[in-house]
Amino acid sequence: MATRAVEVVYRGIFQRTLARNIVRNIVFAARKDGKIGTAFGRYSDSPERNGIPAKQFAIVADTALELEESLAVYEATAVDVTINVDDTLCKGLESWAWYGLQPINELTKPGGTLIVTSRQDADSLIEDIHQKDTAYDLAIIPSTVSFSGLWVYKDDHTDMRVLGALCKVCPELVSLEAMLETIQEQTGSDTKVASLQRAHDRTATRPVEPGEGNSETPFSFDMPGWKTMEEGLVIRAIGEGGGFRGGETGYTPTRNETFKKWSTRSMRPVINFDTCIKCTLCWLQCPDTCFDVTPDGLYDANMEACCGCGVCESVCPVPDCVTMVGEPEFNDNNSQWDAWTADKDGYKKWMTVLVEKQKSETRTHGFHHVGGYAEEINTTEEA
Amino acid sequence: MATVQSGLYQEAKEELISGSEAVGIACALADVDVITAYPIRPYDTVMQYVSRLKADGAFDCDFIVAESEHSQFEIVKHASAVGARTFSGSSGVGWFYAFEAITVTAGLRMPVVAMVGNRALDDPGAFGVEHNDAMAVRDLGWHLYWVATAQEALDMALMAWRVAEDPRVLLPFALSCDGSFLTHSQAIVQVPSQDQVKKFLPPYTRGELQLHPNNPITIAPQVNEDWLMEIRRQTDEAMRRTSAVIIEAYDEFKEIFGRGDPSPFIEEYMCEDAEIILVGMGTLAMPTRVAVRRMREAGKKVGFLRIKFFRPFATEEIQNALRGAKGVAVIDRDYSYGSPQYGGVLFHELRSALYPLEERPLMLNFIAGLGGREVKVTDVNDMVDTTQKAIDTGKIEQTTTWVSVRE
Repeated sequence: MATRAVEVVYRGIFQRTLARNIVRNIVFAARKDGKIGTAFGRYSDSPERNGIPAKQFAIVADTALELEESLAVYEATAVDVTINVDDTLCKGLESWAWYGLQPINELTKPGGTLIVTSRQDADSLIEDIHQKDTAYDLAIIPSTVSFSGLWVYKDDHTDMRVLGALCKVCPELVSLEAMLETIQEQTGSDTKVASLQRAHDRTATRPVEPGEGNSETPFSFDMPGWKTMEEGLVIRAIGEGGGFRGGETGYTPTRNETFKKWSTRSMRPVINFDTCIKCTLCWLQCPDTCFDVTPDGLYDANMEACCGCGVCESVCPVPDCVTMVGEPEFNDNNSQWDAWTADKDGYKKWMTVLVEKQKSETRTHGFHHVGGYAEEINTTEEA
Repeated sequence: MATVQSGLYQEAKEELISGSEAVGIACALADVDVITAYPIRPYDTVMQYVSRLKADGAFDCDFIVAESEHSQFEIVKHASAVGARTFSGSSGVGWFYAFEAITVTAGLRMPVVAMVGNRALDDPGAFGVEHNDAMAVRDLGWHLYWVATAQEALDMALMAWRVAEDPRVLLPFALSCDGSFLTHSQAIVQVPSQDQVKKFLPPYTRGELQLHPNNPITIAPQVNEDWLMEIRRQTDEAMRRTSAVIIEAYDEFKEIFGRGDPSPFIEEYMCEDAEIILVGMGTLAMPTRVAVRRMREAGKKVGFLRIKFFRPFATEEIQNALRGAKGVAVIDRDYSYGSPQYGGVLFHELRSALYPLEERPLMLNFIAGLGGREVKVTDVNDMVDTTQKAIDTGKIEQTTTWVSVRE
């Protein structure tokens, strides 16, 4: 007699089909084990927005009666396994419709497992993941992030590998035999079955102790009550902003303290302040007003406000002055302008390494245009 | 009319689908002729599934994406007049935008079947479930049914055409499906075969009422006060006739498909010998049944009555289900501002239904889950505690309670 739950945390639209494949196959396979299940997405994430963190769930019970408690809910209160298919979400996630930052492991039960697809090692991931006061296991599937679009699916077997790992870490949820049979039936593909089996055999876990990880307190928000809320659905405008960080010169806009959106970001702009011509385009075009104008007339992308859309990179007229770099390279939201001001040579070295590395990385924002997937495949094959 | 192309559902099978998908499959199985759509969450999921089923060749129909909800319902009304089996639907304020067409559909006796993906009315544009949208047809001659599971969504959609199109009835049917919990959650559903459905659902024929060149008629001429009461009374009589038709159809449904509750109108869950009975509609059943089960295990005599048909309202069955209870706790996922008890619509209907009883139970109203807020097992426990207190003291301190609202 038991109910077990799995959540898949993913980037909206880009990984929607991937998440759906995972949760549906869990329910199908559990059916073969004689159990009953349900699969659903967190309703408030839908309609999904490009890249904004979203969740889907699979809940499996021994009997329909037991499953009933898990129906008519938006989100499970605790899960046996959290599956994170984009390692940048290890920094936490903020839904477009909810407030506050949710740690990636918030729902992971004591003794549960967090499965992450990543090229990073365990220590590097744990640095990002918020601490918990109970122990859990971490399993890494060595993999480049699998992004595609709404109408295309990058069938790179990430779903198979995740399911294989899942059967290893939580055989009580679903047996490997049932999963192999399900995938054979659903896809008819021997290579997919092989991917599943191999991921199962190779998956190892690393225990994460209580208190291990990122010690930062995630930002949160107190919802007002009906007596304290303004009547007539009125929202007061936020203030106008003023000098750079409260000073006399430059400009920092006022920003929402509790709705930051930066967890949408899987890449961030890195600015070359030495070649910036102060043309203002990044500042004007940024849809999130994330640039602060520094006293010396430069534009410092505020990483608490940037959602990583890449508009600044595309409008900047100077080659390599703004470069979008994969989020795994960063462990904080500190100001780049501060770093540059403190040590211009050091900043240049740091920036050059990142920009060069980015050129050989495959992380993208999804596909910007029709045919983007074909182009990416061709590039990969040529490489 | 349209014919089945490939028959994706030649054989009965098990599927992992949402309530919206289940209704979409029911459209294919019932071989609906005209379907109109206009996107609004959460109803829009059903139009996605219907268009996919059509594109996959599961069935053929005229699938019309209208330019507004108003046209959506005008089109099916007219299609129904010429003898087409129809399906449409909407949610929240989209449903309200169609109201001019919705009101005339019943009066003209068009058996349109519509899915209402229950959604809070605007503002603030929340997507979550609230029952006030569908509730608005309660006085108009529509059947109004609240679904609790994806399986029930499929089953009752089939029932809807069968009952609505019955020549003794000819009244439209609104199938209310809670946004998110039903429309977006996937569950294991038994999909019947095309043959089973064919056996259950005869073709739609309007007979002498069909608008056709071979049957020259005018529908809905302008009339004034010297005609109107008789027209209303006709619709009333059709609604009075439908209960027997529903029972007849449901018995046959259970025989052909091998599933169903004892009653088509209500579901009684552990109500026998219950001192406190909770009453609610739709997916509220999930946390409530779990709470009731646990309280029963702890020896508390509680039960849950789920109202399935809100129209027609099964007064007698409901009286019989509630007559032995000391306290009745009505959970409303809707609200009626300024109503007699400043409470929900279901609560007031139930109070009215129980008034003729010689010994009336104490009645309390709980406003819960508005705009899709989750109703938790602990919320249900609290409702029972409050009701128990009223029974023990013989006094209701507060008739209506807003559950888990932030002060």
